[in-house]
Amino acid sequence: MIVEFKLNGEDVKVETGLAMRLLDVIRNDFKLTGTKEGCAEGECGACIVFLDGMIVNSCMVPMNNVIGREVVTIEGFSKTDRYKIIEKAFMEEGAVQCGFCTPGMMMATEGLLRLGIALTEENIKEGLSGNICRCTGYQAIYRAVRKLSQEAVLND
Amino acid sequence: MKITDRIDRVDVAEKISGKARYIEDVEFENLHYGRTLRSKIAKGKIKCIKYPELPENLWIVDANDTYINQVKMIMDDMPVFADGYVNYKGEPIALIVGKDKNKIISFMKNISVEYEEEDAVFEMGGEENVLTSQEYSKGDIENLDYDEVFEKTYTTGYQEQLYMEKQGLVGDYAEGKITIYGSMQCPYYIKNALIHSTGLADHDIRVIQTETGGAFGGKEEFPSLMACQVAVASMRVGAPVRLIFDRREDIVYSSKRHPSITRVKTYLKDNRIAGMEFDFQIDAGPYLGLSDVVLQRGILSLTGCYLIENLIVKGRTYKTNNIFTGAFRGFGAPQTLFALEQHMNQLAHHLGYDPIEFRRPYFVKRGDLSSTSGIYNENIRLDEMADRLVEMAGYNELKEKMGNYRGIGLSFIPHGGGFTGDGEAEHIKSVVKLVKDVNGSVSILVSSVEMGQGAKTALSKIVASVLEIDIDRIIYDNPDTFYVPDSGPTVASRTTMVVGGLLYKAAMKLKDKMELNEKVEIVEHYKQPEYVKWDQENLRGNAYMSYSWSAVLAVVEIDPLTLEIACKDIFAVYDVGMPIDERAFIGQVHGGIAQGLGYAMLEVMTSKEGLVEQNSFSSYTVPTIVDMPRMHTDWILNPYEEGPYGAKAAGELTLVGVAPAIASAVENALNVEIRDLPVTSEKLLKELLI
Repeated sequence: MIVEFKLNGEDVKVETGLAMRLLDVIRNDFKLTGTKEGCAEGECGACIVFLDGMIVNSCMVPMNNVIGREVVTIEGFSKTDRYKIIEKAFMEEGAVQCGFCTPGMMMATEGLLRLGIALTEENIKEGLSGNICRCTGYQAIYRAVRKLSQEAVLND
Repeated sequence: MKITDRIDRVDVAEKISGKARYIEDVEFENLHYGRTLRSKIAKGKIKCIKYPELPENLWIVDANDTYINQVKMIMDDMPVFADGYVNYKGEPIALIVGKDKNKIISFMKNISVEYEEEDAVFEMGGEENVLTSQEYSKGDIENLDYDEVFEKTYTTGYQEQLYMEKQGLVGDYAEGKITIYGSMQCPYYIKNALIHSTGLADHDIRVIQTETGGAFGGKEEFPSLMACQVAVASMRVGAPVRLIFDRREDIVYSSKRHPSITRVKTYLKDNRIAGMEFDFQIDAGPYLGLSDVVLQRGILSLTGCYLIENLIVKGRTYKTNNIFTGAFRGFGAPQTLFALEQHMNQLAHHLGYDPIEFRRPYFVKRGDLSSTSGIYNENIRLDEMADRLVEMAGYNELKEKMGNYRGIGLSFIPHGGGFTGDGEAEHIKSVVKLVKDVNGSVSILVSSVEMGQGAKTALSKIVASVLEIDIDRIIYDNPDTFYVPDSGPTVASRTTMVVGGLLYKAAMKLKDKMELNEKVEIVEHYKQPEYVKWDQENLRGNAYMSYSWSAVLAVVEIDPLTLEIACKDIFAVYDVGMPIDERAFIGQVHGGIAQGLGYAMLEVMTSKEGLVEQNSFSSYTVPTIVDMPRMHTDWILNPYEEGPYGAKAAGELTLVGVAPAIASAVENALNVEIRDLPVTSEKLLKELLI
């Protein structure tokens, strides 16, 4: 059937099944490949997108749950000013190695910032605990987010 | 630029924005998909395979489609497809290929394979199952004067690389030529495997690496198997064929770190080590693959940082019907050095010494005779590293606060950079090329891949620094065997040290020619340093051309009720010569600590009748951000003469020392003996109940 939703700011329609995964639709039908499949069971966070502004693992979202709603992927988010602030922090702290988890990590970071809560060590770690990175040992990522907590968020 | 300049990774923006293209992101026209028909039994004959009627546009690709049904590695004993006989659960029998994934899956549901099952072997042991063995000795252990024997046996389990990007390759055959694209560490290993299995000529085979989302050894030899499969499939179908594992398949059927058993026997005289005997066994799975090389690095690492005068070291690989085991960061050393370091900790405890002070008299130094009777040729500063660690951790005060469910533990680790012995000169024979274009840009042409470790940044930095040009003028594309010479595989922590060393020399030659208004090519071939002497037959001489070192201290706290272990702090001091890029090096350190911590206490992987029991992220648990300790790291500067800007190996070293440090910290906290990895609360509960 035809599913209509908003993708990265545009109204879109796609012929798909209601049980199809949002991850496959954005990757295959819309060729937005920045969203990655890591585990396919909602454990690793590589496929995080925003659904009505909240982070979700797109491998766990059937298209039925997307009808009429708004999806933003890393491609959409990367056009924003907030993206640039997080990008800068990730670059400066060396938070990227193989890069496969990185788009999802960026989305999780923004999701955490959007909560507007104090970015304590505990909150940051909890906020990123759904994202697996096998390369960095998380320290550089933690430092990048910590840095944001001082710069961007508190001013926002 | 200068080598000391702080720069961002050259590939960082593409990766953050999701624009970097991994194999699953690359579009191919008329792409076909492959799915693997796998053996359901661990050992036996295939009596017959009943395929349902083959629908249009579906292909069965199997052993008949290969030119030679072998994956070229060392013994060439692994078939591309099982042909009439299977040796492990999950062994590929055929690829079912088509454009429609659903059609493939429904076709596969109705395939039935009849087997004549035979008795399989799932445990190491039995002379008849020994695949290879190696041994060496030093001094005279037969006529040793000793007054006590201290003997323990150590065991370790499987570990899965769990790179975030799954295994994936595309084979594209057109006009008599095959091109392989995908996630890999060793483009030329794949090329050589294809020459063997497809029968195509060297110049008709091309291998192109795509962005690689982590590898850790898991994409060293294993992609050669998949490449042979997609190559013959594409030749058969006449269209590009893609094989990307799903995660369960990847975890269960791709190569793992070898389970091991290490027996350590120490002969003591007046509380001093008079001699040691080691016996190291690993489970190779059904085919040798790289296991004999893993065995070799394992046994050559066995005396660690210590001068042992009298020694016998034996190692064996066992053939079993368990999953195929292979390369994983550390390559045999995580197993043997867990055994050695735990043994040293337990010896110190047994004799009533402080574990650092116990070790110090044995620390090797320049000019000493190594375990293989080669002369250590470089400055070794283990005492200084130990001092630094003591100071950094506040060791003496920390020690007083331990016990009662808190503990500290230690390890001292060497890691030989590059291939063993004369392997770089005899087998790898690296070649690198630099090309200066008329526009002044300089291309690095090597087969070394970027897989996250920062090779592109480190090597670009070396060349740009020698030439004193901006890093923006360096071009380093993903390797394509049509253009790049064979600089060797991206393994053994050799890329910065060996390939970087060659690029350094090439850049020095290019430097005078930068002003020429023409294209300039410089080719540099590997030459073995003169001091390296190696007798491969008898494992005698310089086992490695240089060593990197680490000293690690772990602090753990254990929940008194659940015995859940929390690693609170890791203090670590490294000697990697000179880090080429400090941020990249620290990234390796932190990543290595995380993977080592997983190996130490989280990553349980077991096998039941030949089938891995943990097959997902939820059952195979790797560290998340909440599992990470505070990491306090430092390094000494100890330039290595042959390395570019003094650099030595770094990548693997950082993983190896973590598990023994954590294991001995748990010992210290609970007053139990840890001889098995990983250490989990379940195992501790069992131990303490008994």
